[in-house]
Amino acid sequence: MFELLDVSKRVARDNHISNVTLALEPGSLNVLLGPTLAGKTTLMRLMAGLDKPTSGDIIFNGKSVVGVSVRDRNVAMVYQQFINYPGLTVYENIASPMRLAKVKGAALDKKVREAARLLKLEPYLDRTPLNLSGGQQQRTAIARALVKGAELVLLDEPLANLDYKLREELRVELPRLFAETGAILVYATTEPQEALLLGGKTATLFEGRVTQFGDTISVYNQPRDLATAQSFSDPPFNLASISVAANELVFNDASLGTLNDLNTDLAEGPYTAAVRPHHLSLVPTNRHTVRLSGVVRTSEITGSETFIHLNFADNRWVILTHGVHQVRPDDKIDIYLNPRSLFLFDSRGALAHAPSVKS
Amino acid sequence: MRGAKIIVVFVYILFLMLPIYWLLNMSFKTTNEILGGFSWYPQQFTLDSYITIFTDPTWYSGYINSISYVLMNTVISVSLALPAAYAFSRYRFMGDKHLFFWLLSNRMAPPAVFVLPFVELYSAMNLFDTTLAVALAHCLFNVPLAVWILEGFMSGVPREVDETAYIDGYSFPHFFVKIFMPLIAAGIGVTAFFCFMFSWVEMLLAKNLTSVAAKPIVAVMTRTASTAGYELGLLAAAGALTLIPGVIVIWFVRKHIAKGFALGRV
Repeated sequence: MFELLDVSKRVARDNHISNVTLALEPGSLNVLLGPTLAGKTTLMRLMAGLDKPTSGDIIFNGKSVVGVSVRDRNVAMVYQQFINYPGLTVYENIASPMRLAKVKGAALDKKVREAARLLKLEPYLDRTPLNLSGGQQQRTAIARALVKGAELVLLDEPLANLDYKLREELRVELPRLFAETGAILVYATTEPQEALLLGGKTATLFEGRVTQFGDTISVYNQPRDLATAQSFSDPPFNLASISVAANELVFNDASLGTLNDLNTDLAEGPYTAAVRPHHLSLVPTNRHTVRLSGVVRTSEITGSETFIHLNFADNRWVILTHGVHQVRPDDKIDIYLNPRSLFLFDSRGALAHAPSVKS
Repeated sequence: MRGAKIIVVFVYILFLMLPIYWLLNMSFKTTNEILGGFSWYPQQFTLDSYITIFTDPTWYSGYINSISYVLMNTVISVSLALPAAYAFSRYRFMGDKHLFFWLLSNRMAPPAVFVLPFVELYSAMNLFDTTLAVALAHCLFNVPLAVWILEGFMSGVPREVDETAYIDGYSFPHFFVKIFMPLIAAGIGVTAFFCFMFSWVEMLLAKNLTSVAAKPIVAVMTRTASTAGYELGLLAAAGALTLIPGVIVIWFVRKHIAKGFALGRV
């Protein structure tokens, strides 16, 4: 059990981490999700013991570890940059934590070769890391973290600098490799998709605060507030200011539907409506859909999908549709919104309504 | 065009090498021949000058003295500069930037300024006319230089390597010797080279801090006249020999020397 209790980190006048409280279970996979500069790396450095929190306490297996040197903590860390010991061979790189733990002879050799086998590094054991590809370098770093058998393993965007194919492979393997050791795994990423693929639990970070912590899928479906929702959506949520009056959702004097449609009960007043890009479509999908119109800014075609960026009222919206749709900038297009897919946030940004999971 | 380029390069090298050729040429001539007239190569080839240098203690002890204070200085400078450069490269502390610049400004002071106080101080400490005195005096400009060069090389190593080592369980000294120093081995080599060269060519402090026992070769060479008149052949041979240590050390760091001239910042 690894706990952060009201941990803050201030550097000069800036709050890099504010009042973070987290409890990580043994053997769990925890994703730290947040945009760049949200404080993911700072939080990991605090967890590792590389930095000291300005205030708050860090409890590892029931004992406070604030001020305990990083050498004496049982942690392992993998950085986004491929960090190895360039002067040592891959074999010695992997063996390094065990040599320091006085593991010797056959036991050491067995563990190194086992880790090398799992990470497909066997043919490269005699090379030095700088003579390997990026993916192999990162796998060396991961192997070193693996053999240490640390209770807390911190992976700071470990796949961000790898190419697409390797990321897919390693993303599947990583949690499995560490799950066998029973370690608490902490995985930082900027990508909502990666968090969903990894599963486990997710803590969303926004400007140094943990905005929500829970099962990844429930954080995705029920973001507690707008900041959480935004860090858990890529491309970003499409936002519009609406108001609820007399049982109707009103946007720019037009009705988007009734509260009955949404199967919810809300006080009257202003709200922020948010809809995921893939919940908008270019054709009506059912009888509830509302037609809206916007002006195209650009479109990006990835092959199987098309992103259409458009100006909608005073907002910039993105639509994600399947297949190839060719639209030209400045075209006027109609888009269709199902009110049942709307998230509603109140004026303070707290979640007022989330679509039910089934729809 | 290509021909023209080759000619330019050829002429340039010719001009550069001419004085060195002339030095070697003279070192194989007798003094009489040097004074007698102009000749492109030794008419009476002789090794007498070199033999004299290697057999006469007043000559060869000059080399021994120089080499010993230069080596001492190089070891002292590099070992003092390693921890200092690490601190500048890895830690932020009050006034670190000013202190760092002040180090470099030490190189801007002419050594002549320090001659009088140094002679007084070293005499008071009974260090006058020892190689140790010269080695310590040369730290004045070599330690700051070494800190500057090493800091550049150290800052090229990501801080995360240090952190990974601590996480793996290395203690600081263990990490520094086992992991970090091999990473900046080229930097240490270049630094040692620069310390060696600056100490080797420095004359003013070396000459004034010694009298007889620790007289360096550069001081011996200023003795141009003797009972037998001018010994130009001998002097030329001594000059030629003085070039050799530089040639040897530059061979070891030839690949990294440009980075050294940029104080490790490329």
